[in-house]
Amino acid sequence: MDQIFVALKHWLLGQLATILPAWLLPVVSALMSIAAIIGVFATLFAIMTILERKGLGRIQNRYGPNRVGPFGFLQPAADGIKAIIKEDVVPRAADKVVHFLAPVVLVIPALLVYSVLPIGRNMVAIDLDAGLLFFFAVGAASELAVFMAGWSSRNKYALLGAMRAVAQMVSYEIPLILSTISVVMITGTLSPVKIVEAQSTHAGLLPDWFVFTPWGFAGFILFMISANAEANRSPFDLPEGESELVAGYFTEYSGFKFALFFLAEYLGLFAVSGLGITLFLGGWNSPFAALDFVPSWAWFFAKLLGLIVLFIWTRGTLPRLRVDQLMNFAWKFMIPMVLINLVAAAAWHYVGGGFARWFVSGAIVLGSYLLLGRGLFHGKGITKRTYRYAE
Amino acid sequence: MTPPFAVIAVLTIAAAVAAMTLRNLVHSALAIAVAFIGLAATYLQLNAQFVGLTQILVYVGAVAILIVFAILLTRGGEAPEKSVFSLSWIWGVLVTLAVFATLVWAIKHSFVVERETSVTAPEANVQQIGQALMTRFVLPLEVIGLLLTAALVGAVIIAMKEESVKAKIEDGRSKMDEPANPSSILHPPSSRGGQR
Repeated sequence: MDQIFVALKHWLLGQLATILPAWLLPVVSALMSIAAIIGVFATLFAIMTILERKGLGRIQNRYGPNRVGPFGFLQPAADGIKAIIKEDVVPRAADKVVHFLAPVVLVIPALLVYSVLPIGRNMVAIDLDAGLLFFFAVGAASELAVFMAGWSSRNKYALLGAMRAVAQMVSYEIPLILSTISVVMITGTLSPVKIVEAQSTHAGLLPDWFVFTPWGFAGFILFMISANAEANRSPFDLPEGESELVAGYFTEYSGFKFALFFLAEYLGLFAVSGLGITLFLGGWNSPFAALDFVPSWAWFFAKLLGLIVLFIWTRGTLPRLRVDQLMNFAWKFMIPMVLINLVAAAAWHYVGGGFARWFVSGAIVLGSYLLLGRGLFHGKGITKRTYRYAE
Repeated sequence: MTPPFAVIAVLTIAAAVAAMTLRNLVHSALAIAVAFIGLAATYLQLNAQFVGLTQILVYVGAVAILIVFAILLTRGGEAPEKSVFSLSWIWGVLVTLAVFATLVWAIKHSFVVERETSVTAPEANVQQIGQALMTRFVLPLEVIGLLLTAALVGAVIIAMKEESVKAKIEDGRSKMDEPANPSSILHPPSSRGGQR
């Protein structure tokens, strides 16, 4: 069961080897991996849209979509058809070529990053030696696409949204990358496959996942906050804040191009969640040795769905930040914390086994968190908010 | 010359030429981003994984964004009225050709060319690069780090708003201009009940 998809691909390739010439086989093999990635994650995108609308509806005390299909679960199909048959409006003043290229350029890196994510045992498209670096390098290209979309629309809301998005993504990319460095320091490798292997053992009741260490826990939380900001999701959704900027950088996009923006945003979210699972939550490993009979890919997708629910919950709960709060948070809290977290990871490595390293590493993380939090709030005159109601 | 290298080379050179000749500055910036990607592809093709990926991360993810921001913050990003071509380019072309010829001559007569034929391509993975940076080249690394930190601090100081007399005047003015409680929006309820 665990290797069913790998075996299926090998069987198919074996069958095709009798028909096709030998030089074509690597191409076919690559195409099969690409087709699987696109198919699975596009389906997950459809599932997430309906889950998110239903979940937000539940949080906001209203029904979500409930008309198409049983309990509204066919709504994504209806939305897809609607996006395809809608008119594609391009503003007359827009820069036509760049306006057309932006959604394409945005989707390509969002799909490329999946090639290094291990979604199961032996299930990774390319086992790159520097996979983590590849992930961030390719992901960085999406910032340019966002700018292209905002600038080419010749619309002040779109341009403002793009400027905000780029500033935010550049700022939060630093804590995102630095929070993963602690894992690289401990495992000594940049390959996602080897990082997952390093977490495959069990120590007592808990598995050896990095989230169950002081530096790993802090790193995971910092990573998830930065990932939330990188994906431009609430509470960091200033680039597309509806009440301020209509829809931000994709204001002037309609029809399927709009759907592509939507798709790229969610694909990026899944990819960065998958990376978080790979780095901190043990990848495709099962939490208990007794549960090893469940296939590895099922564990990966179960964890992914868990993180998606967490993202929906955050979006429904927290209000949007202001721009100055966003930047202050990134530069005055996130970056110092990830740097201190590196020290905590180094302490974990050098203090040696047993209780001592838990104490030292935990004290560094907790102490710096408390001091930094107190320090930032000091002198701001922020007290508990009181309300006075009219009599 | 292998076919992939030819494709990458043509793409890179075309993008670089476009970056020089396009009239719209933002188009030029996007074209130079394509040229950066082409360079990274060349590195990857030469099995220099770390350099290639870092090229994308730094040049496409940061330098191109910086160029674009600089264009947008300094001018409107509008296309210039007349063509950017001017006669002084001829001198530029001459200087460029001279520099290029010198480089070609130097490489042709370098001792590296003779040595290269017998030695196999060196293997350099990320781990080896990291170890070299942390042991043999640790002092240059630290010096560069110090230099970059100093540049960062300097940039912050230049950009920082000066907390001087001017700021205090502004502060006082804003306090003076502070309007009183908005009176005309809601009238107090009259004694007869309800609002006027």
